[in-house]
Amino acid sequence: MAQRGQRSAKTILMWTGISVLVLVYALFPVFTILATSFKTPGDLGNNTLLPTDWNYTWQNYEMIFVGDAQGLFLTALRNSIGITLIATAIAVVLATLCAYAVARLDFPGKKIILAVALGVSIFPVISVVTPLFNVWRSIGLYDTWIGLIIPYLSLTLPISIWTLSAFFRQIPWDLEYAAQVDGATQWQAFRKAIVPLALPGVFTTAIIAFFIAWNDFVYGISLTSTEAARPVPAALAFFTGASQFEEPTGAISAAAIVVTIPVVLLVLMFQRQIVSGLTQGAVKG
Amino acid sequence: MTATAEPTRRQRREKGQSTRPKRSRRSAAQARLGWMLAGPAFVIMLAVTAYPIGQAIFDSMFSQRLTAPDDRSFVFLGNYTTIFTDPVFWTALGVTGLITVITVAVELILGFALALVMHRALKKVRGVLRTAILVPYGIITVVSAFAWYYMFDINSGFVNSWFSWIPGISGDLDWFSNFGTAVTIIMASEIWKTTPFIALLLLAGLAQVPEELVEAARVDGATWWQQMARVTIPNMKAAIMVAVLFRALDAFRIFDNVFIMTRGESGTEVLALLAYRTSIERLEIGLGSAISVVLFACVLLICFIAIKVFNVDLASGTDASSGKGGKK
Repeated sequence: MAQRGQRSAKTILMWTGISVLVLVYALFPVFTILATSFKTPGDLGNNTLLPTDWNYTWQNYEMIFVGDAQGLFLTALRNSIGITLIATAIAVVLATLCAYAVARLDFPGKKIILAVALGVSIFPVISVVTPLFNVWRSIGLYDTWIGLIIPYLSLTLPISIWTLSAFFRQIPWDLEYAAQVDGATQWQAFRKAIVPLALPGVFTTAIIAFFIAWNDFVYGISLTSTEAARPVPAALAFFTGASQFEEPTGAISAAAIVVTIPVVLLVLMFQRQIVSGLTQGAVKG
Repeated sequence: MTATAEPTRRQRREKGQSTRPKRSRRSAAQARLGWMLAGPAFVIMLAVTAYPIGQAIFDSMFSQRLTAPDDRSFVFLGNYTTIFTDPVFWTALGVTGLITVITVAVELILGFALALVMHRALKKVRGVLRTAILVPYGIITVVSAFAWYYMFDINSGFVNSWFSWIPGISGDLDWFSNFGTAVTIIMASEIWKTTPFIALLLLAGLAQVPEELVEAARVDGATWWQQMARVTIPNMKAAIMVAVLFRALDAFRIFDNVFIMTRGESGTEVLALLAYRTSIERLEIGLGSAISVVLFACVLLICFIAIKVFNVDLASGTDASSGKGGKK
């Protein structure tokens, strides 16, 4: 008995150690930029991790929300949110239709659709940026929301199609017939039996597509030139300090934390769904 | 279509194969519905990739600068000759290859360790660990690049003062002025952000390994290492290969981290950055297109080698693997 108690104490200790290690790995870099975002200009040069006084400094956040960097950051934030949400919504709607067809219907070309989605997902974005840059400039889509939404679909559509096809393949579609046998109309059967099963998959796909579009940098920096459409990641690269000789470290860190908040919130709320969405196919075998 | 199908159907029915025609009518309807539903997504995917890459191949055969739009001439493969005789290209290719090989190798080991931890973790901590590692997965690559940059930056970083007891590190060490240190930090940021994705794929692979096999090996007296090497790893080979291929393709497109940290200085220029500089910054569309095409060809080549030489069955694990977080 004593032996056993000792072993489990040892196990608990080991697992605590490992867990702490993983937590430090995952969160420390985020913490460093959080700490930097609270530093005063004076703190920035003193080569420490922590700011000398946490209370004093919301000033970097003030700078990006109401101060000098406001014009640059707030418009970029609006662009990022708008463009990302629209690109995600379009991708999820189109991918839902597509994945339904792939999972439920038997038709020639099904394999080709999946193969194309796969090919697009491994496509090097930088390879299409040059032609898009050229074409967008000549047809007036350069530096517009639509000019980013269209290429963002190349990021969000393939993953959405694959994830949703995997989800839809697992839905017991016979439920639909069963409900109809029990007297439901076809529409009722679909709405009451299938939609509740399909929605979590659609929602999870939307989160993953959102992450990918939110992360984009290459399109954002190549296909925009002004605040009209520049998303946050690209805008961060253009931040400048209050004066020519001042590094914009504080403002960039604060902005970085602001755009990380939605990611952290989604992860905290939907950890289980995101993991299952990402690993859906691998489990299927 | 229907007119020609009609007689054959009747013929078949006469022969007693009455089920076939019904099926074919239904399958024609299914095909129509299928393509109606899948068509829009399919067309858009082609429109945003196949068309531009075709355009890039076409553009790459012209000497063309946007600064002098009228001065456009057909040079056929001239731009490719320029690229392949330029040491800048070969350096960028070498750096890109180096980063790809090292990051994927480290991520595989680290990711496997993380996957094992999550696989074995007690129920209570499992959720916490998965939540934690999803943070780097979801974070914007540019944010990760700034976080790592500021850690090591000579002006604002704390690393130099924390680790000044290590020989070689001191207050005036500028990590980004030297290739070895700069590329290490670039890779560290890349590895930090993308390892969670590999770990999740491998976790799914681990879940597929039959418990009985591992148990049987343990009963037979196999050590932990033997269980891993003889039972677990061979049984999840497919998952490992797919994870490696997808990460390799992703790493080969590395752009964000290099752009933010060094802008290609200190010898850290990678292919994607070279293409960006040529087309977007210097507006040399012809030459830039050629580099884009070469980069695309490299990705195809990696794919081809993986599929032909290593027999990676893409279709088996792809749904999971296409969800890379750091798409460039």
